[in-house]
Amino acid sequence: MTAFDEAGADLELRQITKTFPGFTAIEQLDLTIPAGSFFALLGPSGCGKTTTLRLVAGLEEPTAGRIVIGGRDVTAVKPHERPVNTVFQSYALFPHMTVQGNVEFGLRRRGAKDAAARAAEALRLVQLDHLATRRPSQLSGGQQQRVALARAIVNRPALLLLDEPLGALDLKLRREMQLELKAIQAEVGLTFLHVTHDQEEAMTMADTVAVMNHGRIEQMGSPQELYELPRTAFVANFLGQSNLLTGEVVTSSDEVTVVDVAGSRLAVPTARAQRTSGTVTIGVRPEKLLLVTDAPTPTPGVNVIGPGRITDTSFAGVSTQYVVEFPDNPALPAVTVFAQNLVFGSTLNPGAEVWVTWSADHSFGLVDAAAPGSSFAGDDEPSEAAAAAGEA
Amino acid sequence: MAFGAFAGGPEAAPGVAAAQRKSRIVLLLLLPGVIYLAITYVAPLISLVLTSLQSPSPDLAIGSYVYGFNVGNYVVALQTYAPVLGRSFLFALTATVLTLLIGYPLAYFIGVTLRRFPLLQSLALVLVIAPFFISFLLRTLAWKQIFSDEGPVVSFLQALSLLPHDAHLTGTPFMVIFGLTYNFLPFTVLPMYTSLERLDLRYLEAASDLYASRWNTFWRVTFPLSLPGVVSGTLLTFIPATGDYINASPSFLGGLDTAMIGNVIEQNFLVLQNYPVAAAMSIVLMVAILIPVAIYVSATKTEDLL
Repeated sequence: MTAFDEAGADLELRQITKTFPGFTAIEQLDLTIPAGSFFALLGPSGCGKTTTLRLVAGLEEPTAGRIVIGGRDVTAVKPHERPVNTVFQSYALFPHMTVQGNVEFGLRRRGAKDAAARAAEALRLVQLDHLATRRPSQLSGGQQQRVALARAIVNRPALLLLDEPLGALDLKLRREMQLELKAIQAEVGLTFLHVTHDQEEAMTMADTVAVMNHGRIEQMGSPQELYELPRTAFVANFLGQSNLLTGEVVTSSDEVTVVDVAGSRLAVPTARAQRTSGTVTIGVRPEKLLLVTDAPTPTPGVNVIGPGRITDTSFAGVSTQYVVEFPDNPALPAVTVFAQNLVFGSTLNPGAEVWVTWSADHSFGLVDAAAPGSSFAGDDEPSEAAAAAGEA
Repeated sequence: MAFGAFAGGPEAAPGVAAAQRKSRIVLLLLLPGVIYLAITYVAPLISLVLTSLQSPSPDLAIGSYVYGFNVGNYVVALQTYAPVLGRSFLFALTATVLTLLIGYPLAYFIGVTLRRFPLLQSLALVLVIAPFFISFLLRTLAWKQIFSDEGPVVSFLQALSLLPHDAHLTGTPFMVIFGLTYNFLPFTVLPMYTSLERLDLRYLEAASDLYASRWNTFWRVTFPLSLPGVVSGTLLTFIPATGDYINASPSFLGGLDTAMIGNVIEQNFLVLQNYPVAAAMSIVLMVAILIPVAIYVSATKTEDLL
């Protein structure tokens, strides 16, 4: 039996393609996950992230490409011979065994002599040692999830795969488990590959996040990097919310690129822009925006659009969300603003005239254009016609 | 009371009353079944016990008995027919093991392998049940023809010198066990199919993810999870096979020295008209089946799953 690494191993996917009859789940995926990291694959359902996980576990065979774990090519290795364990979305705890029996299962298959003791230790780690003699059906969802985790980590796999393991838990328990998982990862030092569609979960837990869409990785980086500087419209909207504005580049220097969006000149640092010529989409996060009720004096380094009208406010506890539309300039899409509730209640009411400003440094330029749906361009045209009719 | 139920207030009384009313309705609904069981099961059982204790009538007329407490019937039954009882168990057990060996792979194939092809799965199930469309007696007689001394099987085996020229297949223990296995196979397959068809394949994936080879996955996960089906399937074969009197009868596949307990009971009841001994044999058989079955069910821990 191979001695498994105590500290986790690198995972390398080389040019992986997986096609099912009728569709391609994964297209030429290249991915390297360094040993000991907590890596999250984030994407909507059907983006190929679970298939990627199953390929690594050996439960699916790639149509093309190689899978390398810790320098060893495991593409043709059967699942039970791979140094990998999975925490399944459904947990898949064996119903005919006790909790202890479930946790011992992997150790016994590999002929470990101290299986009982090591299983007990793993159950202590997830704080379930008092339930060792129960059946899985007698446990709550959160407890089952912890048993599934113990059953996987007790084997000290080079690579631990987590397939949306927190999906079935309620919000409070999920938060607790996120922190617990992260603590366990730090304690055991294994390589974690976590698949999820929950962007908040990916951001709070992972060192590195890869955003997947249509079987490809759109962008990969630290959660902060992905959030502050998304490269594509998909990432900008999947990871949090973004206001995306499309226009023509007017000038571009080494420092700053200026884009004309429906008559407003908006600056974006050239270093934060993926493209600096032609039609580009720039974006800014809603919480970076400020609302002012008097026309601001033009200041270099500050972007201004307006005047507009607040059409909707919703109070969300820590912040208030405003939707601002621009009836005077219908080519501008509606903008969402998150204003922190530093004073009681919402200070602006629907109908108020406002200008939206933000520091140019907070803008980012995307490599692709915003999808028509997200720019509201289609919605604006009829209202423009209605406005013209009203004037006539 | 209705308002109390809606308010969900501190007083639990309305809920309790509703539950009591509900349980009365449940009992009422159960009544036809209870009456049916009392008439068709409990009453004959009492009659059987009483018959088994009867004594011959004083005028010694054949088939005429009076009620008494004649335990001697049991002594006669056990002394005379102990070897037959042993043979019944041996034949039934062998047939049960054979149906399990043949039926489990078949049930697995239909329930798991054919899952991706629902049409083929239904077709295979129909094929398992198809023999029931022809009378069980006819099918058994057909096998007698096929295996008869002039039939194709014996001639073929004799041509290959695998059987001596004066050998028979009909009337041998082989033939009786063959008949039992054939006739009871669907009863073993169907419950096992039901268990395997519900088997969640994610458990098998989890096992292979936890270093279990295919062999280990089968014995540690698949088989234990299908155990309820295995237990009910084997019981549905073993219990009726032990008391079977068709396959072992000389008119069908059996011979003079292959008699099973069912044949003996039939003979005592219908030919010898020795009702008390036949009834005693029936009760001995019932007890002799109940004891090993109880041990089997508790050993496989499937009481709650049956």
